[in-house]
Amino acid sequence: MAKASITFEDINVTVTAPAGTRLIEISEKVGSGITYGCREGDCGTCITKVTEGWNNLTEPSVLEDKILRENMAGKHNRLACQAQVLSGVIKVKPV
Amino acid sequence: MSHLPVISLNTIPQAVALSERVHWVGALDPNLRNFDIILKTANGTSYNAYVVRGSEGVAVIDTVKENFAGDFFTRLEAVARYDEIKVIVLNHLEPDHTGALPELMRRAPQARVYISQKAQSMLKALLKQDHFEFTPVITGDTVSLGDRTLQFLHTPYLHWPDTQCTYLEEEAILFSGDVFGCHFCDSRLFNDVVGDFRFSFEYYYAHIMRPFKEFVNRALTLIEPLTLNTILPAHGPLLRDQPQRYVQRYKELSRSALQSEINEGEKTLLIFYISSYGNTRRMAEAIYEGAMSVDNVRVSLYDLEGSEIAPFVDLIEGADGLIFGTPTINGDAVKPVWDLLSSLAVINLKAKLGGVFGSYGWTGEGVKMVEDRLRGLKLRVPIPGIRIKLIPTEEETQLCREFGHELALDLMGLRQAKVIDIADLV
Repeated sequence: MAKASITFEDINVTVTAPAGTRLIEISEKVGSGITYGCREGDCGTCITKVTEGWNNLTEPSVLEDKILRENMAGKHNRLACQAQVLSGVIKVKPV
Repeated sequence: MSHLPVISLNTIPQAVALSERVHWVGALDPNLRNFDIILKTANGTSYNAYVVRGSEGVAVIDTVKENFAGDFFTRLEAVARYDEIKVIVLNHLEPDHTGALPELMRRAPQARVYISQKAQSMLKALLKQDHFEFTPVITGDTVSLGDRTLQFLHTPYLHWPDTQCTYLEEEAILFSGDVFGCHFCDSRLFNDVVGDFRFSFEYYYAHIMRPFKEFVNRALTLIEPLTLNTILPAHGPLLRDQPQRYVQRYKELSRSALQSEINEGEKTLLIFYISSYGNTRRMAEAIYEGAMSVDNVRVSLYDLEGSEIAPFVDLIEGADGLIFGTPTINGDAVKPVWDLLSSLAVINLKAKLGGVFGSYGWTGEGVKMVEDRLRGLKLRVPIPGIRIKLIPTEEETQLCREFGHELALDLMGLRQAKVIDIADLV
C-alpha cells in the first residue's frame, strides 16, 4: 500500500502512514498543536496549514470547502479531521 | 479652547463641528459599567461616528450601538441630508459601531459601503443578506468626495481581523477606529478639555490591543509617516491636542519589556511550578538544571505560590519557552496553574515552546490537561510531558534533567528531527 510521509512542522516530527489515514489520526498520536473540536468536519477548529504536498492529500469535499469558507480559512488550509494522506511528502502546521 | 460646545446629556443631541467639513455625530453612553464582559469602565463610554462633507458628497464614518441609533440619526440629520450621503465607511464591524448601519443603509440606499477585505463575510452575516453595494478596500485605496479625499489604511487585528483606519488627507485627520480609543465618556469630547483619561487609555490598550502587539507595530508603520492634526477614534476622547503623543505611547506599549534585557542570539525559557510536598519542585529544579546546560538559553524558575498573576503574564509575553509543573489533585491540575493559564488571553502566545511536568499520587491527569490547554493557546508542545509518581528517584530526576535539556535544545532549534512510522505509535 502507498505510504505518505507527513511532517508536523510545529514539533518537527515526521510520520510515515498508509494512504487513507486522516491527519487527525496521526497528529493526535504525535502531539502536534493542531486542536480539534467536533472531529467530524463541522466546527472548523482543526484548520491546518498545508505548507507542502497539497496534492498528496485527498481533495476537500464540498462540505469541507463550505466550512473552510465560513471560517475565513486562508489558501492552502485544510480541516485536519477530514484530509486523508495519499502518498509522497506532506508538511503541515497549526494555523 | 474650552469655550467649544459641550454636549448636554439632557437636551436634543447636537452634532459637534470638528472643522468646517467634519462633524462628530456619535453617542454618549455614560451609564455603561461593563463592556463586552471583559472591560470595566468607571464612567461609561462613547460611540464616536463622524460625517465628512466634500464638494461632491457626504461620507459617514462608523455608526453607533443599536440602542443609541436615535441620538446618532438626530445628530446626522443636523449636518447632512440622507440623499447627500455617498459613502459609508466602516472601520470595524463590531456591533457597537455598526448597530445603526442597517437603518442608515435603509435611509441612504444610494450610499456605497467601504470596508476592509476581511470585513466582507462579517458584513454579510451582520446584515443577514448577500446583495448590497460595497467596496472592499486596502492600503492606498481612496474615495473622492470632490474636494475631500478619504484614504484607507489596512490595519488588521486591531482588534478584529477586519479593522482598518481612514485618513482624510486634506485635513490630516485619522479616523482610527478602535485604535487609540478608550472607554471614557465625557461630554466635553476633546482630549485637552475632558477629565483625566490616561488610565482608561492604558487600560483599553492592555485589554484590547495588547494581544496584537505585532499588528500594532505594523499599523504604526503606516500611521507614523502621516501628518496628523487630529486622531478621531471610535471610543473616548477625540485627540486633537498633540495626537502624535498617542501614537508614540502605542509604540512604547507595543515593545516587549523583557526583550531589551536579552542578548542577541539568546532565548528565554521560564519554568513555573507549584508543589504540595516538594516533589513537583524537585522535578522543576532538575528540569531547570537540564535546560541550563544548553548554551544561550536564559532559564528562570518560579514558584507560582510566590507571586500575583499579573507580573507572570508580563514575563510570559516576552518569553520564548514556557514549562509548567503541576501536581494532580482530585484528577485535575491545581487552581494556581489554571488561574495563570486562564489569564493569558491578553497576550500573544502563538508558536512559543511549551512543556509540562508534575508529580502525582494516584492518577496524574493534570499534566495531560495542561498540555492540551497549551496547544489550545497555540503553543507548540514538541515533547510529551513527564509525570512521576510521588517522590522522584535518582533515575527519574535524571529523566527530568533530560526533559529540560531536550526542551532547551528544541528552543534553540538544535533538536534532531524525529521520523517515525505510524505503526510504532501507541
